[in-house]
Amino acid sequence: MLRPRLIPCLLIKNGGLVKTVNFANPKYVGDPINAVRIFNEKEVDELVVLDIDATIKRDEPDYQLISHLASECRMPLCYGGGVQTVTQIEKIISLGVEKVAVSSALIENPKLISDAAIRVGSQSLVVVIDVRKTGLLRRHEVVTHNGSRRTGFNPVEFASYMAELGAGEIVINSVDRDGKMIGYDLDLVEQVRQKINLPLTVLGGAGSLDDFRELFDRFGLIGAAAGSLFVFKGKYRAVLINYPNRVEKEALLTK
Amino acid sequence: MIALVDYGLGNIQAFANIFRHLGIVAVPARTANDVRAASKIILPGVGAFDWAMTRLQESGLRDVLDEEVLEAKKPVLGICVGMQMMARSSEEGKLSGLGWIDATVERFETRFLESKTHLPHMGWNDVTPLETGNLFSGLNTPRYYFLHSYFMKTDCEKNVLATSNYGITFTSAVKSGNVYGTQFHPEKSHQWGILLLKNFAELA
Repeated sequence: MLRPRLIPCLLIKNGGLVKTVNFANPKYVGDPINAVRIFNEKEVDELVVLDIDATIKRDEPDYQLISHLASECRMPLCYGGGVQTVTQIEKIISLGVEKVAVSSALIENPKLISDAAIRVGSQSLVVVIDVRKTGLLRRHEVVTHNGSRRTGFNPVEFASYMAELGAGEIVINSVDRDGKMIGYDLDLVEQVRQKINLPLTVLGGAGSLDDFRELFDRFGLIGAAAGSLFVFKGKYRAVLINYPNRVEKEALLTK
Repeated sequence: MIALVDYGLGNIQAFANIFRHLGIVAVPARTANDVRAASKIILPGVGAFDWAMTRLQESGLRDVLDEEVLEAKKPVLGICVGMQMMARSSEEGKLSGLGWIDATVERFETRFLESKTHLPHMGWNDVTPLETGNLFSGLNTPRYYFLHSYFMKTDCEKNVLATSNYGITFTSAVKSGNVYGTQFHPEKSHQWGILLLKNFAELA
């Protein structure tokens, strides 16, 4: 039986691990390699690492860090941040990363996905769609550059376009819920799930194991990603890397 | 010594780390002599079939691999697209495979999949070994990480070492003489993967 995936999502800024709220106010939470080692011990399903500086600074991805992360990870790794070209995607894959996440660059150059799929295969191409409710009507809109730039795109249509171009997975990331630990935006997930037939992962809002359970109950095979929940403990948000053990995880999957 | 074929694809370093942790000597192989010096070979892989075949061709290691696998009969383990490359051909590409195993590679047909399944087949799935011992020694109900849309179909059922289910039952590990392959990623599958790699290293 294929199982739903439970995925810690780590954010990198200036080489350190941070956690944001609504994509802002990054709080330093530790060393990324150290976090990977702890997640190895906890037998995490998959790990997503996003460099939140890279696009803003227009830097090349930090290949040294990526290589270091990939070699430490005993679970599959998805890297994102500052990825603009097929050459960069190829290079990241060649460093031993299983999946590359692309986001901002796709607004101007959607063909990046189809061009990259020929080389690295669709299975390694993840499209991360940052979504914020905007305007008077609070409609879902795709945003980029850490949530600061509006694109005018509807996330459901954008996801469906990316699937057509050859994406292997869609990650829906809610800016409004980032760091808030108030639960996932299930209505948006529902809309995207109905439209696309790719593996789907949801990020932004998970505050407890019950949020995962609700997601799995409703959508079955889906990726549940979280940041704060896996790096903070308790109401004072003390930094403590955590992840459900095997028994707790199995319990999440039984209705 | 195990040669980790380094043709620019796949997670050489993840394999190297696991073997170092196990106290087994495994080194990246970039030249013909690196491959010849080893007693076993691992052919990792991530990517599209033709791209992987092209990269292997360009690495200049193709001939020595054919020699060491087909003539010297060294045990070889192909991972993911590395396993698929050992077939004659793949629906994913136009190039010929290595032809080390009598098999072809096909795409999952989504119409056969149960509703709510998607491609690629991504995530942790159960693997059912068809024989005890071998790569799966001590692994009774293992699970592994998969990331693929294509799977291997062997001409001969006796070459199927393990199966998994994703809408259909498909071959998730193969064995044909000294040629082994896993569709899943043992290097990314925690202790189930570590034990499988240890078993490969300890094959007689």
